[in-house]
Amino acid sequence: MQIELRVLRYDPERDQQPHEATYTVEANPMDRVLDLLHKVKYEQDGTLTFRRSCAHGVCGSDAMLINGRNRLACKIRVDQLKGKRITVAPLPGLPVMKDLVVDMEGFFAKFRSVHPYLQPSGPVPERERLQSAKDRAKFDDTTKCILCAACTTSCPSFWAQPFYVGPAAIVNAHRFIFDSRDDAAEERLEILADRDGVWRCRTVFNCVEACPREIHITQAILEVSRAIVERHA
Amino acid sequence: MIHEHDALIVGAGGAGLWAALELAKAGVDAAVLTKLYPTRSHTGAAQGGVCAALGNQEEDHWEWHMFDTIKGGDYLVDQDAAEVLAREAIETVIELEHMGLPFNRTPDGKIDQRRFGGHTRNYGEGPVMRACFAADRTGHMILQTLYQQCVKLGVKFYDEYHVVDLITEGGELGDGGRCAGVVAYRIADGELVTLRSKAVMMATGGFGRMFRVTSNAWSLTGDGVALAYRHGVPAQDMEFYQFHPTGIVGIGILLSEAARGEGAYLLDNDGFRFMERYAPKLMELAPRDMVSRAITQEIRAGRGINGKDYVYLDVRHLGRKKIDEKLPDITDFVRVYQGLEPYTDPIPIQPTAHYAMGGIPTNLLAQVTRDASNTVVPGLYAAGETACVSVHGANRLGTNSLVDLLVFGRRAGRQMARDVKGVGMPNVADDVTEPIRAELDAIRGRVKGERKEAIRTELADVMMDDAGVYRDAVGLERARAKVAELRERYKNVSVDDKGTVFNTDLLEAREVGYLLDTAQTMVAAAINRKESRGAHSREDFPDRDDVNFLTHSLATQAADGGVDLAYKPVTITKFQPKPRIY
Repeated sequence: MQIELRVLRYDPERDQQPHEATYTVEANPMDRVLDLLHKVKYEQDGTLTFRRSCAHGVCGSDAMLINGRNRLACKIRVDQLKGKRITVAPLPGLPVMKDLVVDMEGFFAKFRSVHPYLQPSGPVPERERLQSAKDRAKFDDTTKCILCAACTTSCPSFWAQPFYVGPAAIVNAHRFIFDSRDDAAEERLEILADRDGVWRCRTVFNCVEACPREIHITQAILEVSRAIVERHA
Repeated sequence: MIHEHDALIVGAGGAGLWAALELAKAGVDAAVLTKLYPTRSHTGAAQGGVCAALGNQEEDHWEWHMFDTIKGGDYLVDQDAAEVLAREAIETVIELEHMGLPFNRTPDGKIDQRRFGGHTRNYGEGPVMRACFAADRTGHMILQTLYQQCVKLGVKFYDEYHVVDLITEGGELGDGGRCAGVVAYRIADGELVTLRSKAVMMATGGFGRMFRVTSNAWSLTGDGVALAYRHGVPAQDMEFYQFHPTGIVGIGILLSEAARGEGAYLLDNDGFRFMERYAPKLMELAPRDMVSRAITQEIRAGRGINGKDYVYLDVRHLGRKKIDEKLPDITDFVRVYQGLEPYTDPIPIQPTAHYAMGGIPTNLLAQVTRDASNTVVPGLYAAGETACVSVHGANRLGTNSLVDLLVFGRRAGRQMARDVKGVGMPNVADDVTEPIRAELDAIRGRVKGERKEAIRTELADVMMDDAGVYRDAVGLERARAKVAELRERYKNVSVDDKGTVFNTDLLEAREVGYLLDTAQTMVAAAINRKESRGAHSREDFPDRDDVNFLTHSLATQAADGGVDLAYKPVTITKFQPKPRIY
């Protein structure tokens, strides 16, 4: 089948403004959008620029806006998009460096701002720390995050207020706040109680829809919000 | 632009990140360069587990792990290295838990363990539960955990800096010279950046992209091995390349051995568990080289599904609960990439190019060595898939890649921290970037030339067809001729993108060059090894030949552009070579 692939392109060395380029590519229904981008790059126009690495949804390089929704290009098939026309644009809300490549520095800075690392107190035991399967389950979902930025850049609160720490950072804070081995929950809750923290979430659920790992992001944000409220109760 | 750090690490997968942590803890000024972002590294794609003889589920001993590793590697493993691997696996896994890695847990709260191919109790009696795991995303958890710790310790990263050359002082690295830093291409704006350093570690992963069907990320193009090779460092044991038995048909995405560890079957067209014909004791949990050969044999005998080039991996009998708890990611892959439902459908699979046993030779301290007497290259280190220490010998056991990068990544960091104390910062000439600038400008400047993509796909086809699971002299000679032809054509490679901003077109052309170097050494070493051992299976020499080939190969660049081969002895300590039966 033939697909009309419309890509929002921008090369700062050549273009004043982003512009749409249209490519016709021969596709198989099981092809992924990443396959189509490769076909363009390798058969039609080598200047088309995008990030990708693992090509099976675990490295998080190729998040982009596909048919109006943030997804990983390597994890969405042509047949799932139903239709002969596919539009591709860079993730919204981040500065575009070139074509589908956005500047991720701000995104990773927000990740770092929530102290996303285990901070246990007490002496280091000889063997592993014990943890029940039940305690581990409390943060299992948020360990799946691959930092692709699909969630944060789908969030209207982030678009409106770029200082908002965003769903991805909260997910990664959640992963430690609810880890029974960690003793720094208070420190992270304090960070997230800030006006650019969890309260900017308006439970629009865009993030949940965007997450390629199917993390229950809004639920994680609500659990963190509840922990903030309850901490001095 | 010139930067300076006491230590540099090229690559931000498990080995590189752990080394960075050791350097940070020792207070050494170190930095990590990666052509991706650290969390995009391919360590994150590892699924099934990381073996360590913790004995949490049943009796286990590091000596058994050591033995399995040696036997799994068809006795080409250096046994002193395997001992280090098996012993230090235990403390590194415990340390990972202390760093926060969310392992699955046993009912009493310990790290959970499961079976994995080739890992046995009591020197081969039967499968043992040794693989520590976090669902089927163990590598993801390792990568995240190590990166989190790097954030905690404030490790300096140069993200999206593509290292394009090594800097030397006092001659080439193969002739006694010292590694003095790297030249990196800053992807954002095309700037060539010089980084001086007392110690440089290569942790750039493998080169599976030289094959048509591979589990490897697009980024795995042999950069580290090729850059060292171009400066005179040998590439060791390059003929040993592992095909993982269970890749998604056509596209090669990995379906973890953990599926078989949890009890999945391999079925032929008659629904028969065909591993009974090849490894009656371990069945589906035989080592990967044997299972990949078994699948290939079944297909050749016409017992592939409907006579086609694949067989079934079947998890249906495991039940939904076990599938969801233990194998969520790989069943998701099946749904997304094959449109099948693993609860009810058997999964079509075929072998996929997966892992390089060979690479940059190192000693037990992760210092790079340059000859058969293991002379150290000053200032250069390597660990993980890009290195060959050699713990995997002729065939790696499942999970041992993660063990390798943890154990030897840690050792590399510690050794670099020791070594940089005693040496001064090397001198680097002002024009050190000029040769590489000229090369890149030549590629960018060609108006009409060879398309890099044509070269890469033709290489991938010939390597898959003639240097894959089975090999013989005729096919390998065909591959040699083809690689030589492609190397000639590559001299005239050109790209569409002539710009400086985020020019992936240019960098991919550079990567094809690395693949050509690694493929050339692989084919040369494979032609010369006239025996079958581990993953190197010669149909014209079907038996292992310990008299002539119980030896590591060392490939170096010849003056005429070809490959010179030398050999170095295998270190044997505890286990004398025996026939390899499972």
